[in-house]
Amino acid sequence: MSEIRHFDEMWGRTEEVRGPYRELDGWIKGEDPARLRAKQREAEELFRLTGITFNVYGRDEAEERLIPFDIIPRIMSGAEWRKLCRGIEQRVRAINQFLYDIYHRQEIIRAGRIPAEMIERNAAFLPQMCGVNPPGGIYTHIVGIDLVRTGEDQFYVLEDNARTPSGVSYMLENRETMLHMFPELFAQNKVRPVSNYPTDLRRSLAACAPTMTTGRPTVAVLTPGIFNSAYFEHAFLADQMGVELVEGQDIRIIDGRVAMRTTCGYKPIDVLYRRVDDDYLDPLNFRPDSQLGVPGIMDVYRAGGITIANAPGTGIADDKAIYSYMPDIVEFYTGERPLLENVPTWRCAEADAFAYVREHLHELVVKEVHGSGGYGMLVGPTATKKDIAEFRKKFEARPANYIAQPTLSLSTVPIFNRAGLTPRHVDLRPFVQVSPQGINITPGGLTRVALKKGSLVVNSSQGGGTKDTWVLDD
Amino acid sequence: MLGRTANGLFWMYRYLERAENTSRLIETGQRIALTRSGVSDDEWRPVLQSAGGAPAYDAMHDAVTRDLAIDWLLRSPDNPSSVLSAVAAARQNGREVRTALTEEVWEATNGAYMTIKKLLARKVQDRDLPEVLASIRQHTALVRGATHGTMMRNDIYDFSRLGTFLERGDNTARILDVKYYVLLPSAMSVGSSIDNVQWDSILSSVSARGGFRMAFGNAGGARDIAQFLILDRRMPRSLAFCVGKILDNLGYLISDYGFRGEAIDHAEALAEHCMSTDIDAIFDRGLHEYLQDVLLRLGMLGRQIEIDYRFSG
Repeated sequence: MSEIRHFDEMWGRTEEVRGPYRELDGWIKGEDPARLRAKQREAEELFRLTGITFNVYGRDEAEERLIPFDIIPRIMSGAEWRKLCRGIEQRVRAINQFLYDIYHRQEIIRAGRIPAEMIERNAAFLPQMCGVNPPGGIYTHIVGIDLVRTGEDQFYVLEDNARTPSGVSYMLENRETMLHMFPELFAQNKVRPVSNYPTDLRRSLAACAPTMTTGRPTVAVLTPGIFNSAYFEHAFLADQMGVELVEGQDIRIIDGRVAMRTTCGYKPIDVLYRRVDDDYLDPLNFRPDSQLGVPGIMDVYRAGGITIANAPGTGIADDKAIYSYMPDIVEFYTGERPLLENVPTWRCAEADAFAYVREHLHELVVKEVHGSGGYGMLVGPTATKKDIAEFRKKFEARPANYIAQPTLSLSTVPIFNRAGLTPRHVDLRPFVQVSPQGINITPGGLTRVALKKGSLVVNSSQGGGTKDTWVLDD
Repeated sequence: MLGRTANGLFWMYRYLERAENTSRLIETGQRIALTRSGVSDDEWRPVLQSAGGAPAYDAMHDAVTRDLAIDWLLRSPDNPSSVLSAVAAARQNGREVRTALTEEVWEATNGAYMTIKKLLARKVQDRDLPEVLASIRQHTALVRGATHGTMMRNDIYDFSRLGTFLERGDNTARILDVKYYVLLPSAMSVGSSIDNVQWDSILSSVSARGGFRMAFGNAGGARDIAQFLILDRRMPRSLAFCVGKILDNLGYLISDYGFRGEAIDHAEALAEHCMSTDIDAIFDRGLHEYLQDVLLRLGMLGRQIEIDYRFSG
């Protein structure tokens, strides 16, 4: 690994500071490292006090961990950002059209661009959604597109998060923290604000209200409850949007509407931003043992009585097996060449791909098709022989459960640690809102950083941290 | 507002109040133990009774000792009224209703939890006890201050206040009931120094020594103490004060929401039967019987609030 020269977003490949980082570089050189270290600790205190913690699954319920925050911002020029936005918009538009098609005429299958079994035998495909028309024709209202960078002009989409992208609260709190700690930096750099996100989201969700809504649409956020690892984010978003944070136990179907129990009786909800998975959404239609959902909500939905964001069944678009078809999907629905590239992907269900991958495990990244959070994944080049041998057993037993990709040489951005500025690998999740009025991408996003030297895994559950992400107004 | 949110606010403030009351009881117990000549652990039994949950204590321990009692009241996870349990429950409820709280209230609550959890991570050493107790009260006071200073005066505030005053009234009534015999007119004739210590302990368990002195000088006796803690509307922990606040807040909810539930009837009946009277009438009726009646009515009132405002489905 070490012989690969990574692209560093601050220093490029030449040790000459790249344009967007010049002001920052000057500032850092004028700072006392001891003060920066104190600031780093201060940031941690701030996060702990605000309660931005996440619960780690499989641990003591009482344990809440902090996602480490690094004070060095990740910076993109306005030009770089605009270019990315065009690609993201194209991709998100295609995903929504794909979803409509999959749950209606399935033209893409008839055209032979995707094998039928990829859809029909996919656990994320919801037959209950066939023929359903979501209000406004939107399936995925809130999208997070995970991007990685390998060079000055080279970006790849690593994964599409079309069902319930999380992390937006970190984008907002990271910025708040930076504003609080380093106001002078924002005077020196023209950074585009991210703070409109909640207002934009509420507007975007309200614009998707069902046609039967009268007056100002009532929006609510549905959470599984305080023991969910992302509860902080659910509460944060509801609070910032000024809407109710509801749980399944607060909701009942009354007169064909989904209604929440308030201190003055039941009140209908028009748009439900749900952070509960499809399976748990409606015990009458999906998992009967779910305590988290709303019995009968799907029937109201089918009758056009409520908007569910994101729509049930959107998972079929961010499934890792479908991912490999994304270039075809973009082309099929937009008639354009994809502006953002996919990482080349071997679908191990195919015999040739399987044969190749099993011979090259040590150099590939192998992921479970339905996995998430960096669990159950092999990073060949950094894995030990023992890791690979153990992984091989699982892999060869169920090859169709995996996809494989080459190990990309992810870009780095410096973090501030004991050694001063040290490069670490990063990715980027921009957040996208979709409504009949258009597609809105917040300038910035969540930069996740692998804090361990050489590590390519940025997931918070695997020791990753976050950074504030700046898009310059130029 | 969601019924569940009203429930969370109500209980968040109940638990905060409870944490504070428990810490005050420990302080009182400690004070008596230190001011009495004979070293004995007898004083801790009434303290445990006042804090509620004495039977649960007995189920866990063979005897009442000072050390065990303090640890039970401060830290025991088996005691839902221990400072640690109550603060954790307040914070848990606070998380549930995070969207109804201002940032300052939430941060004060979370900060209180984090500090108190750290202070009580281990058994508290004798010499650290005063400091720990002071810190607990300081942190709950911060939450109260943030509440007063930053919360809108709307239904959110009303439910917080209802929780606070129901809990406080309940606590004051229980403290009085455990020691009611010390306040009976017959006890006045005894007039020994022991009784003075007992009176003093009752006043200090509700932080009322200064207030009482201001109102009665050094001349006050048992009857005045009972009068002060039950009927004096200037005293913020008296039963009459708490009931008055409950009536106020229910009244705000009624005018806000435009509907009148049944809780207000319970509160009015409580005010009429128990607060519009004088202390001699209470003694005639029997102080213990009177306090039991108040506790019963407070319990019913709390349950009716939960029903009126749809705390649960």
